[in-house]
Amino acid sequence: MAENVLEIRHLKTQFFTRKGVLPAVDDVSIEVPAGKIVGLVGESGCGKSMTAMSVMGLLRHPGKVVAGEILLCGRDITHLSPRELAKIRGSEMSMIFQEPMTSLNPVTIVGKQVEETILLHEKCSRAEAKKRVIQIFQEVGIPEAEKRYNAYPHQLSGGLRQRVMIAMAMVCRPKLLIADEPTTALDVTIEAQILELFKKLRDEIGTSIILITHNMGVVAEVCDYVYVMYTGQVMEQAETFELFANTRHPYTKGLLRSIPKLDEKTDRLYTIKGVVPNLLHLPAGCNFSTRCGECMERCGKEQPPLYEVSPGHKVRCFLCQGACGTAAPEPETLRAAETGKEGV
Amino acid sequence: MLKKIIKRILISIPVLIGVVLVIFIMLRIVPGNPIVTMLGEHVNQQTIDKLTVEMGLDQPAYVQFFKYVWNALHGDFGTSYRMNRSVTQMIMDAFPYTVKLSILAALISWTIGVVAGVVAAIRQNRILDRLFMGTALLGVSMPIFMAALLLQYVFAYKLQLFPISGYEGFSALILPAIALGWNSAGSIARMTRSNLVEVMQDDFIRTARAKGRTEAGVIVFHALKNALLPVVTMMAIQISSMLSGAVLTESVFGIPGIGRLAVNAIENRDMPLLQGTVLFTTVLIIIGNLVADILYSVLDPRIREVK
Repeated sequence: MAENVLEIRHLKTQFFTRKGVLPAVDDVSIEVPAGKIVGLVGESGCGKSMTAMSVMGLLRHPGKVVAGEILLCGRDITHLSPRELAKIRGSEMSMIFQEPMTSLNPVTIVGKQVEETILLHEKCSRAEAKKRVIQIFQEVGIPEAEKRYNAYPHQLSGGLRQRVMIAMAMVCRPKLLIADEPTTALDVTIEAQILELFKKLRDEIGTSIILITHNMGVVAEVCDYVYVMYTGQVMEQAETFELFANTRHPYTKGLLRSIPKLDEKTDRLYTIKGVVPNLLHLPAGCNFSTRCGECMERCGKEQPPLYEVSPGHKVRCFLCQGACGTAAPEPETLRAAETGKEGV
Repeated sequence: MLKKIIKRILISIPVLIGVVLVIFIMLRIVPGNPIVTMLGEHVNQQTIDKLTVEMGLDQPAYVQFFKYVWNALHGDFGTSYRMNRSVTQMIMDAFPYTVKLSILAALISWTIGVVAGVVAAIRQNRILDRLFMGTALLGVSMPIFMAALLLQYVFAYKLQLFPISGYEGFSALILPAIALGWNSAGSIARMTRSNLVEVMQDDFIRTARAKGRTEAGVIVFHALKNALLPVVTMMAIQISSMLSGAVLTESVFGIPGIGRLAVNAIENRDMPLLQGTVLFTTVLIIIGNLVADILYSVLDPRIREVK
C-alpha cells in the first residue's frame, strides 16, 4: 500500500456540555493513502463532520480532542499551536463544506477570496496570484473565469459557488482535501459533475480526498475506501468493492437496503428502525444494539471490538467474531473502547 | 446606482414639504400674539396693527405659508422677532459650534463603541464582555442631561479639569462631546458586539479559518466588514441627529450651537427662529438618512443590485 497522507489513530473528540460529556468521535482510526478517495458514511450526527473538524483543528468550544493522534504525512499535528495549525490549513490540508450558499464571504468578490489563500501561504505578487486564481477557476470548470473573478458570491449559482470553494481549497495544491457533504445542497446533475471533478483532482494532482457523505451511491461512484460510522465509532471499514460485495455489519446492510432500487416494486421504502441514540445516553453494550435486527444477548452488555474479517476489512460486530476465526481483535482498540465507555 | 440615489432624493422632497407644513400649522396653533411677545405687554393697539400688516401676519395662512416656503427655498428663513436679525444668519453663526461638538462626540463615541463592542464580542460572556456591556447599557439608558450634569460636577466642578460652561476653545468641548456621545457609544458598542457575535457563527468564517487565517485575521479581514455594515448606517443617522442640535448638552454646557438657539427661540416665542431651526434640523436628518441608505448600498454588494 502506498504511503498514508493522513493517519488518524484512536481519535477521541468530546464535547463538554452542561448536560454531560458528548463522545462525538469515539476511538476512530482512519488511514488515507496517497492519491485515494476515502469515504466517511453514516447518518446525521454520527461523528463524520466532527472527525473532519478535529483533523482540521477547527473544533470550537466546547469541543476538544481528548485522545489519539492525527498524523499528516507522518507529522503529528494533534498538538500544534493555533498559529502552526493555521499555517498548514489551506496549504497542506484544506476543507470544503456542505453549504456553498453561505460558505463564501458575501461582501468580497470570489476571486479575492481565492487569492487570499495563495497570499496567506505563499510569497507571490498580487498579479501573479490573480493569474493563478483564473487558472484554477478554469481547472475546476468555472466558465468565463476572468469575468467570474470579479463576481460576488450571490451572483453565482450553487454549483459555481461550490466550484469556487473547491478552487479555494485546491489552489495551494494540498496533499489532503476534506469534502464535507460537498454535493448535498446541489442537484444531481451538478453533483455528478462535482464528483467527476474530485476524481480528476485525485488523478491529475494526486490529492487525497476524504469525502464525507450519507449517500451510498456517491460512495460507490468515487470512493476507493469506505468507513461506515455510527455514534462516533467506525462500524465497518473496507475497500469500496469489498464493502459492497461482502457487507458484514448489520448497520451497513441496513444503509444499503435503504437505497430504493429501480427494478423492485415496493409500497414502503426500507428504513432502519428507530433513531440514532442520544450520545449522552448510549446503550450499555454495542451502540447499534438498540436498532439491530440481529442483536444477541451479549450485544447489550459488551462493546464489540473491530474484527478483521479479511485483510483491510474490519467490522465492529460480534457476529464476525467467528468469521474471522483466529484473527483476534487488536488489543489496543479493545482497551481503548472499554476505557472510553467508562469515561463517558 | 446613480438612478437609485436620485430616486431616493426625490422621495425626500414630499417629506420635507410635509414637515414644513406641520411646523407651520403647529406654530400658528400655539396661542399668543407674536407682536405682543416681540414688543412687550404695554404696546398700544395702533403699533400692533401696523406691525401686523408690515410683517404680513394679516394675510391668510396659506399665503403666509407659500411666502415662507418660497423665501426658504432662497435661503431666507425670515427675521427673528426677538433679535431682529436674519434667522439664516443666526443659524449659520451657531452651526459651526454644533459641527465641532458633533464631530468630536462622534469620534469619541464611535471609537469607544466599536472597540468595546469588538472586545466584548471576542471575550463573549467573559468578564470584559460583562463589564463593557454593563457600561454600554448604562450609556444607552442614562439620559443625556444626567450624564452631562454628572460630568460637569465631577470633572469641571470637583476636579476642575475642564471649564464648567461656555465656549472658550477646544477644552470646553470635551465634556459636552462625551456627554453627547455617551448614548451613541453605548448603542454602537451593543450593536457591534451582537453583530460580530452573530457573524462569527456564519459559515464563511469557518471557511476563512479553513483557508489558514488566524483568529485575528478572521476577525479583521472577514468578520468586521460584515458586522459593521449595519453599524455604519447607524452612525450616519447618529451624526445627523447630533448635528441637528444637541439641545440638552448645549444647554447644560452653554455651547452657543443650534440646540441652544432652538431652546432660546422656544423660551422667547420667537416663531421665525424656531421655524428656521426646526426646518434646518429636519433637512439635516433627511440628509443623514439618505447618506445612511446610500452608504449601506455602497458597502453591501447584495443591496447594491436590488433595483
